[in-house]
Amino acid sequence: MDILYNILIDPFVQMGSAPDFFLQVLWSGFVAGTLYSLIALGFVLIFKASGVFNFAQGIMVVFAALTLVGLYQAGVPAWGALILTIGAMYVLAWLVERIVLRNLVNQEEIILFMATIGLNYFLIGFGEYVFGGEPKPMIAAELGLPTGSTTFEPFGGIVIIEHLDVAAVIMAIVLVTALAIFFNKTRIGRALRAVADDHQAALSVGISLNQIWVIVWFAAGIVALATGIMWGAKSDVSFALQIVALKALPVLIIGGFTSIPGAIIGGLVIGFGEKLFEIYWGGLLGSGVEGWFAYVIALIFLLFRPQGLFGEKIIERI
Amino acid sequence: MFYREVGQFKTNYTADSQVFPILQDKLAIIAMLVIAFVLVPAFGGEFFLKSIMIPFLIFTLATIGLNILVGYTGQLSLGTGAFMGVGAYSCYKLTTIFPDVNIIIMVLLSGFFSAGIGILFGLPSLRIKGFYLAVSTLAAQFFLEWCFIRIEWLYNYNDSGAIDSLPRTAFGYAVSGGAANHVAQYFVVLSIVVVMTWIASNIIRGRIGRSWMMIRDMDIAAELMGVRPLYAKLSAFAVSSFYCGVAGALMVFFWLGSAEVESFDINHSFLFLFMAIIGGLGSLIGCYMGAAFIWILPIIIRALPEALGLDVNAATVEHINFMMIGGMIIFFLIVEPHGLARLWQIAKEKLRTWPFPYS
Repeated sequence: MDILYNILIDPFVQMGSAPDFFLQVLWSGFVAGTLYSLIALGFVLIFKASGVFNFAQGIMVVFAALTLVGLYQAGVPAWGALILTIGAMYVLAWLVERIVLRNLVNQEEIILFMATIGLNYFLIGFGEYVFGGEPKPMIAAELGLPTGSTTFEPFGGIVIIEHLDVAAVIMAIVLVTALAIFFNKTRIGRALRAVADDHQAALSVGISLNQIWVIVWFAAGIVALATGIMWGAKSDVSFALQIVALKALPVLIIGGFTSIPGAIIGGLVIGFGEKLFEIYWGGLLGSGVEGWFAYVIALIFLLFRPQGLFGEKIIERI
Repeated sequence: MFYREVGQFKTNYTADSQVFPILQDKLAIIAMLVIAFVLVPAFGGEFFLKSIMIPFLIFTLATIGLNILVGYTGQLSLGTGAFMGVGAYSCYKLTTIFPDVNIIIMVLLSGFFSAGIGILFGLPSLRIKGFYLAVSTLAAQFFLEWCFIRIEWLYNYNDSGAIDSLPRTAFGYAVSGGAANHVAQYFVVLSIVVVMTWIASNIIRGRIGRSWMMIRDMDIAAELMGVRPLYAKLSAFAVSSFYCGVAGALMVFFWLGSAEVESFDINHSFLFLFMAIIGGLGSLIGCYMGAAFIWILPIIIRALPEALGLDVNAATVEHINFMMIGGMIIFFLIVEPHGLARLWQIAKEKLRTWPFPYS
């Protein structure tokens, strides 16, 4: 009975007795969820347009952030570094298309997936070679990101909200809105959706696949840069980030591989779920459940909705 | 001219269904075994055996395990490292509970524990496939890693959280622990790997293996023809995890000597996936080639600057190593997506007609 009490009742008693702490946990879950969504967004962009499951998205986040910090440390002013980094992401997208994707057209999914793992390794080596492997502080203040925090006092307790987190959330919202407009209203965006629907049909109406791929990888690079800035500002910029980036996979499972709103909602589900479980239920199992909880949620989801919340329903017998 | 089947007639079914129907192949395999069992231990030094051959063989075994799942059954798995961990930790527990039993028996027994866990985490494969399945095996990876840290019983409540290779004997020789002889270790690992490769090749040729390949090629058609997906997929997970588990146990007891959870992390899972893909999916000889390529190439890269008399610091070499591996993977995928095994097959085809263009 003790166990049942600890699982079913005690956590809610804790939530009720310390509502300010509960709010704080919710907020941290929300922020983590936003960041997961951003990484997942990069995956979704590429998967939609090219069917490539881009394993290197995590390292692209690290690489973008490192380039930014590295350029700044080399003496380039912060905004100049930002523009140069965007340029670097474009070059990366162009090279990936030119060297990897173009040569692997029409290969099986797993081959393309492996190629992105190869890219992942290459970027790890290249990034460490150029910028060094030690963690670097993100140049948050120089980029004009707020650093302070505000304290609220609801229910007679305190909730601390970092301005940086607010900035992260706003940035995510702006980015997603911009992408949504880009996808729905512009000529290139429509071409992207056409490619996502059917490669051959898109080709036959005169859309250049190669060009679309560059654009998509570049967009994913921009998302990676934004993620890298925000995540780097919360902790340091280091290669450890790429393991965190793997968390985007369960996010994708929950949201569906092809859905942008799915990526956002999936990210939030994982963010909230993970933090709440870690704080209120984690003690029962010993701490550190954050590492696998997301995957287990995804696993349970898979059993009931294999296509995710918003994914295209694939009618397929297995 | 030398490698051809001309004149080698098969007069009964047994001869027709041999693994190596051509005489030259038989001679080649015997020569390889002689080299592996006699020449390598006789002339290879301690460094060669301990740092190159033993890990190479262990990695080959793990790659065979993974290849059974990915290459033959078509179920993508990213949890190889964790399944190896299950083998390693269960071998450690078994040998502390029964210290007097021959360690080789324990290594093989620990494979069964790994197979059990493999079946458990293979269950989602009945409903999902492809990348979705990959994510569910990632769940296995991270959950099991967490277990290896949090369940202190697994490493006997010691402070370091590591499992050590305990001094154990097999047939009267010390084969694990500090006093072990590297030649004895090499023989144990080699024998296990050779025997298990032979078993794998026969499983794959047999009914079970063919049902795996049917599932891989087209699951619906396989089901219509009477292959039960439940049994085929779960048996693939079981056999694959068995191989990985044995490889994990061998890794701790015959190579590393002491292992923490880092030895079974996600990066190792990827490493084996590389070996399987570079070597060639759905090929046993490919597993050997892939493991040799991924394991030995970095050693050569590391040794190269010194041999050439260049003064490059170790970190730089490590970074270049990463870049080289990444670049090589992409290069190989572009040039030959079916891996080294396919190149080998093409070479054999060429050898058959050499030096004449046609025959």
